[in-house]
Amino acid sequence: MTDQTGPSTADIAEIKANYALTDDQRAILDHVERVAREVLHPLQEKMDAEEYWPEDLFAKMGELGLLGITAPIEMGGSGQDEFTQALVSEIVSKWNPAVGLSLGAHDNLCLNNLLRNGSDAQKAKYVPGLCSGEIIGALGLTEPGAGSDALGAMATTATRDGDEYVLNGSKLFITNGPIADLVLVYAKTDKSKGAKGISAFLVETTTPGFKVAQKLDKMGFRGSPTGELLFTDCRIPAENIIGEENTGVSIVMSGLDLERAMVASMCVGMAERALELALEYAQLREQFGKPIARFQMIQSRLAEIYVDVEAARSMSYRALAACVGLPKGGGGRGEIHKLTAASVHYAAEAFNRAVTSANHIHGGSGYMQDTEINRLYRANKLLEIGAGTSEVRKIIISQELLRG
Amino acid sequence: MDMTNTPSHFVTPDQQALADQAYKFFFSEFHHLNAEMDDSDDLPASVFPTLGKMGYLGLNVPTQYGGAGLDFTSACMITEELTRANAAIGLTFLAHDNLCVNNIYRNASEEMRQKYLPGLCDGSLIGALGLTEPGAGSDALGAMKTTARKDGDDYILNGSKIFITNGPIADIVLVYAKTSPEKGAHGITAFIVETTTPGFKVAQKLNKMGFRGSPTGELVFEDCRVPAKNMVGRLDGGVAVTMSGLDLERAVASFCATGVARRALEISIDYAQTRQQFGNPIASFQMVQAMLADMYTEIEVARSLAFRTAAMCEGLEEGKGGRGDIHKMTAAAIFQAAKANSFVLDKAVQIHGGSGYMRDTEVNRLYRTGRVLEVGAGTQEVRKIIIAGELLKNG
Repeated sequence: MTDQTGPSTADIAEIKANYALTDDQRAILDHVERVAREVLHPLQEKMDAEEYWPEDLFAKMGELGLLGITAPIEMGGSGQDEFTQALVSEIVSKWNPAVGLSLGAHDNLCLNNLLRNGSDAQKAKYVPGLCSGEIIGALGLTEPGAGSDALGAMATTATRDGDEYVLNGSKLFITNGPIADLVLVYAKTDKSKGAKGISAFLVETTTPGFKVAQKLDKMGFRGSPTGELLFTDCRIPAENIIGEENTGVSIVMSGLDLERAMVASMCVGMAERALELALEYAQLREQFGKPIARFQMIQSRLAEIYVDVEAARSMSYRALAACVGLPKGGGGRGEIHKLTAASVHYAAEAFNRAVTSANHIHGGSGYMQDTEINRLYRANKLLEIGAGTSEVRKIIISQELLRG
Repeated sequence: MDMTNTPSHFVTPDQQALADQAYKFFFSEFHHLNAEMDDSDDLPASVFPTLGKMGYLGLNVPTQYGGAGLDFTSACMITEELTRANAAIGLTFLAHDNLCVNNIYRNASEEMRQKYLPGLCDGSLIGALGLTEPGAGSDALGAMKTTARKDGDDYILNGSKIFITNGPIADIVLVYAKTSPEKGAHGITAFIVETTTPGFKVAQKLNKMGFRGSPTGELVFEDCRVPAKNMVGRLDGGVAVTMSGLDLERAVASFCATGVARRALEISIDYAQTRQQFGNPIASFQMVQAMLADMYTEIEVARSLAFRTAAMCEGLEEGKGGRGDIHKMTAAAIFQAAKANSFVLDKAVQIHGGSGYMRDTEVNRLYRTGRVLEVGAGTQEVRKIIIAGELLKNG
C-alpha cells in the first residue's frame, strides 16, 4: 500500500529504528565478537583451572579497543555511549565470563565513575592509562561487615590531615583488587552523618599503607582476580577526592543504577552462550537412536531458555537505553532506579534458570568442572548477589512502587 | 500510581500519548461495566458503537476504509490499555479488530475490503474468526474437519467451530475450511461468512470461568452457501493467512496479558497500602514487598519483549510471517507474557488474602480471566514447539 492513510514507510522505519543498532555500533560489535571469540574464548580453560589472569591481558584489551568504550576519543577511548559499552560487555562475557567481569569492574565501575564524577585534572591523569590498559582499575565499596547495607555499615574512614586524607579500613570481594593500579574507594569522611558522610577517592595501589590482604578463591568467574584490600594509615593527596566531600552517596547510587544495567548485559551474554551450547549438544548427543533434541522434553527446555534470553535482553536494552545520557548525579531514585533494578533482577534469575537447564541437557558431562557449560554454571550464582543481591533489588523496586 | 510513563526506548512519545489518552477513555467508559458483565456474561450493546465512534476500531486499517490507520505498536498499546480497563472487552476487541478485521484488510480482495471494512470500523458490524474445532485445537490445521465444497459460484460449508470469541454476536466470521482435504494443511481456505446466511447457526453460547461478558460460542455450518468471491486469499492458501495472522495475533495477545497483569499490580499495591495487619499496612512487610517487586519485574520484562516483538511486526507484508525470527519471537512474547500474567495474578490474589477468593472482587475476576492466555492463540506447549522448531531448524 502506498496510500497516505496508514502509517508511512518513514514512520515504520522510525519505529523499527528504536530497536536497531547504528552502523557505528554494529561495526564495533562485529569487531568485539570476533576478537572475543578468537582471543578471549581460548583463555577460559587455563584461567578457570588455575585462577590465572594473563599478565598482559589488560594491555592487549587496550590494543584491541575493548577498554574505555565511553571515554572521549582524545583521551584514548572510543567515545561511545553506555548502551554500546553494555553490548561490548555482553559479548565479552559471552565468550569469557571472567574477562567480562574484570572488564566491567575496570571500564564501568572505575572508569565510567571517574568520567562522570571526576575533575578534569583527575581525568587527564588517569583516563588515558585506563583506556590503554596500562592502568588497571577497580572499585572498593563492599566491606567484611558492609554488604547489602554497604553505606550504613561502612567502617572504612578517611580523615583529613593537611593536604592529605588518611584512609583506614578494609574492602572485601573487590574484583581486580589483586592486580589493580587504581582503586576508586568509598570511605566515611563524616561518621556522624551515616550514608551522607561518605566520599569517593582515587587510590593508587603503590601508595604506602595499601595492601592486598588476600586473593580470594571463587567458585566461578575464576581467573578474574578478586581480593581483600587493606588500608592502614594510607595517605593520599586531598586532590584525589572525587567530587565534594560527603557526596559519595550520589556517586554510588547513580553508579549502581548503571552497574545494574550492565550486569544484566553480562547475564544476557552468558545465557545466550548457555543456549548455544545446549542447542549444539542436544543436536549431537544421541540416545534411544536419535539426537536428544528430537524429544519434546528437551525441546521444551530449549524453548524456555530462548524465551528467558530474549526476555532478559529486551528488558536489559530498555533499561540501558534509559541510562544513556543520565546526568551526573542522576539516578539512584525514580523510574530508572526501579527499571535498572528490575532489569538485573530478572536477568540474573533468567540466567540462573537458563544455565541450570542448559547444564541439565548436558547430563553427566555438564557436571564435569572442565566443560564450558560447567564454568558458566558455576559463574551463575554471583549474578544474583553482586551489585546488590536479589533481595536488595526487590527492596529498591518495592520502595519505588510504594512511593506516593 | 502511574506506570504509563515508564521510560522506554521502544516507544515513541506519540505512541505513549495515544495509549495514555485511550486508557483515560476506556477506564471511564468501560471499567464500571466489569461487575455486571462478569455476572451476566453479556456484552453491553453500546460497546462496539462506542469504540467505533471514538475511532478505536480498525486500528491498523487505513482511513480510506474507515480505520484508524495506526502503526502496529500503537494498536498493541491501545489493546493493552483496553484490557487493563476491562479485560472482557479487550478480548472481544482483539477477536474483532485483529483476528477478523486486520486479517480481512491484509488478505481479502479489494471488493471484500470495501464491502465489509467500513461497517467493521464503525462498529455496526461485529467480527470474529473461526479456526478451532471440537477435534482440532493445537492441531488446528491438520485435524480440521470443516469443509468448503465448490458448487457453481458458491462454496458450501459444513462443519463446526468451537470456542469462538464473539461467535454468538458476530455479523461476520472469517472461517477456515478445507477445500482440498487430501492436501492436509495445504488444502485450507479462508472465507468471509455473514452470520445471516442460511445454514449458519450458533449451536451454543459457552459458559466461561473468566473473560465473562465477552461472548464465546460454538458455530455450526450446515450446507451453508457462501459466494466464491468471499474467499480471502487464494484457494488452498489459508495456511499462509493463518500462520501470518497468528504471528500478529500472538504479538497483540501479549498485550492483553500485560494489560491484565498491570491492572492486577495496581490494585495489589492499593490493597497492600490500605490493608492493616499487626498494626501496619501489609505493604510494610518485606514478604509482601518481595511479591510486589517480582510482579513489577515480570510485567516490565514481558512488556519489553512484547514491544520489541511488535516493532518486528511493523510493516509485515501480507502472507509473511509464520516462520523464521518473527515466528519465534512472537511465540516467545506471548509465552512470556502469559506466564508472567499467571504469576502476577497468583500473587495478586495472595496479597488480597481471603477477599481475593470472593468472585465479585476485581482481583478475582482478573484471576479467573488470566488462565486462558496460556491456552488461547496456541497453548504454551505449541508456542514452545514453534520456538524449538525454529531453534533447531539450522542444525
